[in-house]
Amino acid sequence: MKPFSYERATSPAAAAAAAAKIDGAKFIAGGTNLLDLMKIGVEEPMHLIDVNGLALDTIEPTAEGGLRIGALVRNTDLAADQRVRRDYGLLSRALLAGASGQLRNKATTAGNLLQRTRCPYFYDTNQPCNKRLPGSGCAAIGGSSRSLAVIGGSASCIAVQPSDMAVAMRALDAVVETVRADGQVRRIPIAEFHRLPGARPHVETALERGELITGVTLPKPVGGVHVYHKVRDRASYAFALVSVAAIVQKDGSGRVALGGVAPKPWRDEAAEQYLPQGAKVFTGHLLAGAAPTEENAFKVVLAERTLHAVLAEAKGDAS
Amino acid sequence: MSNFSDWKFTRREVLKLGAASVGALASTSLPAAPAMEGGRKPVTASVAMDINGKAETLTLDTRTTLLDALREHMHLTGTKKGCDHGQCGACTVIVDGRRINSCLTLAVMHQGAKITTIEGLGTPTNLHPMQAAFVKHDGYQCGYCTPGQICSAVAVLDEIRNDIPSHVSADLTTKAQFTTTELRERMSGNICRCGAYSNIVEAIAEVAGSAA
Repeated sequence: MKPFSYERATSPAAAAAAAAKIDGAKFIAGGTNLLDLMKIGVEEPMHLIDVNGLALDTIEPTAEGGLRIGALVRNTDLAADQRVRRDYGLLSRALLAGASGQLRNKATTAGNLLQRTRCPYFYDTNQPCNKRLPGSGCAAIGGSSRSLAVIGGSASCIAVQPSDMAVAMRALDAVVETVRADGQVRRIPIAEFHRLPGARPHVETALERGELITGVTLPKPVGGVHVYHKVRDRASYAFALVSVAAIVQKDGSGRVALGGVAPKPWRDEAAEQYLPQGAKVFTGHLLAGAAPTEENAFKVVLAERTLHAVLAEAKGDAS
Repeated sequence: MSNFSDWKFTRREVLKLGAASVGALASTSLPAAPAMEGGRKPVTASVAMDINGKAETLTLDTRTTLLDALREHMHLTGTKKGCDHGQCGACTVIVDGRRINSCLTLAVMHQGAKITTIEGLGTPTNLHPMQAAFVKHDGYQCGYCTPGQICSAVAVLDEIRNDIPSHVSADLTTKAQFTTTELRERMSGNICRCGAYSNIVEAIAEVAGSAA
């Protein structure tokens, strides 16, 4: 790990201003992903701004009947919150399907959204990777791609966004709240928060230099049956090959976001009109334009079959 | 013929000697100026923590993980370094009542925190009930993952008591249960390469049963 200077932030706005001013500065909250990457030289911050002391760790009701989740609310606390368990079960389920008990105790809401990809070539500093070293190439394309994207990738990158929580938040229409270096606050819909790689895969989110996530708001509950189904190589403590986050209403309508298949949580509101026609028809629309590799073509089939199971479960619960 | 018993050093002392001789070599071949790494100068910072009931203030390189602070600076070597990447759970300690991977957090991030390691749970003459249960049920083979397993297990029972749900909880709206299925899921962040899992679950279940 390369040496770095360290400060404890005193306010969100001061933290954002400091991060914009100091070259190579990064925020640290839970640190479970950042420190992992610093140890192998993928991340080499010059300066760490510890935001853990900021009062951003509460979950409050909003005037619109939703919830505002502070950026520093730990994954364990968010999953265990009685309001989340009752009204946004999808979010609890997604959080509990991710990582281990130890990691969920440390990982934060904002940090979870900012998780870096688990693409093996991103982790291996001996390999080219456009995300880690812009312009160096992509070793995953033509390489070992079993775990990588089947849709939304580009000729520069086929990495997958690994967060389970973000997939649930995409289905729930969450909004990310931030403070910018100039002190201005803004609200970014989750659909626009994560970017597709295009020619610049190292730019992963809509955040600007220094911009700090302060919270995530969830709109009023939409009811329905909430199901998060994650398919992985072992029964616990593994990243998704495919995950399905679904909210299904009694009439068969609903919302579906997929994890493990794309550089961002994959949802297409226009395709959701086909959901009452079943998993095959709907997945055909949602994953139209998929360009899988030989190694990960199974994900397209797996997504359809997982959704089929999810819809069956939702139907059973709703009746 | 030389016999191993003739050696007066323990393995640990030999390791220390080895490190000292490397240090001696380095001191003759390197300038005395502060080492630069990757063109950057190491930075130190102070942190005050309560470690196993004792107030401690440490001045550390900012890069020092909580795990390295405990092992290398406090000489609390019960906490183990397995993968050093949060994948194995051998480094699990309890911080402010919550289990975490001490390898994936910086010591300087824990100003004012209350840290409990395996040394703080019990002593050889006064075992914590979870330690006693691991001994009784043979919940280990080589023992390397055991301190992490035990710290994790103690915290798992608190998590169930505090109604934190898990991936296998059938209903999110009812209180979390002390079942074997729950224990297995909740312990998935602690890997045992010897495969002592079934005995580990029996040990935890026994403590859970007496505490439930």
